[in-house]
Amino acid sequence: MPEAKAFASQFVSSQHRDETAELGMWVFIATEVLLFGGLILGYFVYRHAYPAAFAAASRHTDIVIGAANTAILLTSSFLVACAVDAFSAETRKICVALLSGAIVLGLTFVVLKSIEYSDEYREHLIPGIDFNFDAALTNGAQLFFVFYFVATALHALHMLVGVALLAVLATLTYRLPSSRHRAALHSGALYWHFVDVVWIFLFALIYLPGRSS
Amino acid sequence: MNEDNYLNAGFSLRSWFFTTDHKRIAILYFASLIFFFFVGGAAATAIRIELATPQADLVSSDMYNRLFTMHGIIMVWFFLIPSIPNTLGNFMVPLMIGARDLAFPRLNLLSWYLFMLGGGVTLFAILAGGVDTGWTFYTPFSTLYSNSYVTVAVTGVFVSGFSSILTGLNFIVTIHRLRAPGLTWYRLPLFIWSLYATSVILVLATPVLAMTLVLIAVERLLGVGIFDPRIGGDPLLFQHLFWFYSHPAVYIMILPGMGVINELVSCFSRKAVFGYKFVAWASLAIAAIGFLVWGHHMFVAGQSLLASLVFSFMSFIVAVPSAIKVFNWTATLHKGSIHFDAPMLYALAFIGLFTIGGLTGLFLACLAFDVHATDTYFVVAHFHYIMVGGMVTAYFGGLHYWWPKITGRLYSEYWARTAAVLIFFGFNLTFFPQFVLGAEGMPRRYHVYPPEFQVWNVLSSGGAVILAVAYLMPMFYLGYSLFFGRRAPANPWNAPGLEWQTPSPPPEYNFDTQPVVTRPPYQYSPDFEAEPQNA
Repeated sequence: MPEAKAFASQFVSSQHRDETAELGMWVFIATEVLLFGGLILGYFVYRHAYPAAFAAASRHTDIVIGAANTAILLTSSFLVACAVDAFSAETRKICVALLSGAIVLGLTFVVLKSIEYSDEYREHLIPGIDFNFDAALTNGAQLFFVFYFVATALHALHMLVGVALLAVLATLTYRLPSSRHRAALHSGALYWHFVDVVWIFLFALIYLPGRSS
Repeated sequence: MNEDNYLNAGFSLRSWFFTTDHKRIAILYFASLIFFFFVGGAAATAIRIELATPQADLVSSDMYNRLFTMHGIIMVWFFLIPSIPNTLGNFMVPLMIGARDLAFPRLNLLSWYLFMLGGGVTLFAILAGGVDTGWTFYTPFSTLYSNSYVTVAVTGVFVSGFSSILTGLNFIVTIHRLRAPGLTWYRLPLFIWSLYATSVILVLATPVLAMTLVLIAVERLLGVGIFDPRIGGDPLLFQHLFWFYSHPAVYIMILPGMGVINELVSCFSRKAVFGYKFVAWASLAIAAIGFLVWGHHMFVAGQSLLASLVFSFMSFIVAVPSAIKVFNWTATLHKGSIHFDAPMLYALAFIGLFTIGGLTGLFLACLAFDVHATDTYFVVAHFHYIMVGGMVTAYFGGLHYWWPKITGRLYSEYWARTAAVLIFFGFNLTFFPQFVLGAEGMPRRYHVYPPEFQVWNVLSSGGAVILAVAYLMPMFYLGYSLFFGRRAPANPWNAPGLEWQTPSPPPEYNFDTQPVVTRPPYQYSPDFEAEPQNA
């Protein structure tokens, strides 16, 4: 595997550079945790205040698409993990294939999500646009759906960034796998797994309340 | 003067606006911050002129709301938060830890562009008609009623938040990974410790503000949102989320200043900082406990009494590490060989003003007293003692201390001392009367007041004139020194820090050879000779 040409002068070795980059990604993930954390706190406050409305609103979400998307994301994370393992000059085609698989799954997730959005539009579940819900629970349900749209849209934005990141990494790996690209892939994979974990939380908060009984 | 330095490494605009050199990015930030300081200062000037008389004679109520909102937004997000970290920190962190640059130089440049973009959007909101919500954007006023440019201003602050996060991330990674050989954590200058603590807050608190601002924008755009009381939303939740960021942000606005004071006090007492480890860990303790006190902004907002009691208690606790620092600086002075150079005058001013600001903070942490003082000038005076008396004074002190290193020139000591003394008197004359006004019950954010309050308001406005002149003075003598000042030697203060072991101004890559550290920081002694540590 060819070594990348040089490393910036603030590092003492390419390994030093790569470890530094990975620490940077971990710090970035810490900041992302707090970004979603603030939103999820808001969710809990209102779910505690309006349990019936939240259960009813949750029953209006599409559990089939939600579950399918969860399976899709978990599979994509598995593929990315395998791609990190398969990163070498000899197996670069396998690595690229695995990354491409993850990209396709990521895009599938976004497409399914938009189908879900359009269904919700038809069912008058978008707050602010002709929202229509069981009158007794309409207020709490609106709060639920504001949270739902902000959280899932923010998550979908992260998905799109992740897909773009994986596409760049796949191209780089295909052209010239170097140790620098291994580190980049490592950090990119961390990000992808993080976005996956966020979804697992969102899935439980959005689709499961009100369905257990 | 070092002939081959970062300043003459290139003269094109491109070599400045596309630089990844942390020193040049620090200069970019410095120039931008001067601009924002004057924008925010202009609003403050208008406020003080208006308040010189009890009746409204300069601006309408609505205009007054926009003025103090502009003053707050600009000064908090576009001056104080980036002030020391992004100028002195950006310049000094790699130099003080013996590194050639920050870990991610391109992110550093991106951070400046995001800052300018955020600042531009916010300035647009101000020029287009302003914002009248106060810098806190309290709901439901900001979401339901205000017809000013809230969404635009919120967007500007949101964008600049990413610049904060990138800076914090860069500092954390740099301090972890790029220290010179032998530079263990307990050999780091305390300025680095305090910037590390600041960075932790930047990274962990700013995203919560970002989310909260998104929710405000959504609520304004959709006409319905999670803080909307008409559908059972809770405006108090907004305050919780906002202060979860904004109280730690108060520590973003003081910790870097405390860091500078360590360097100044030890240098001009020619002594190591007393109780190094306590001061170092006090920074992290402030950062950690600072996340648990936000509810003291909401004592009268309707939170439960139990919550208020807990937040009150935690607010007393967070004063402990701050007090440790003040005691340790004082102990550093004890039996030191004290030199009253200009940076030291700023440092001593900081200690006095910060102590007043901190002690009045304890008054306000007290539930019974706070109910009386909430939203009065007592609060205004308190946080100005911390932020202006503390942080801005430390910023000026650090700027003078490192000016020879940054520019390679020496400034006029006479004028620098004069300005320091004037700032101290001007500041106290401006803000001490506001404690009295607040205690007597004058509420903040009103531009008319009963005539009984006029004496104190006139004193305050008079002090503001002195303060404004004193703040303008460095523009002249520091600007003069850039062109006509004497050339600075590598180590004008005879200090042992790594940043002084390289020429002034530093070469493009900071050090010709990698420094190796073999001893703790602050090794001052009467016969100390600054010797290169890269043996």
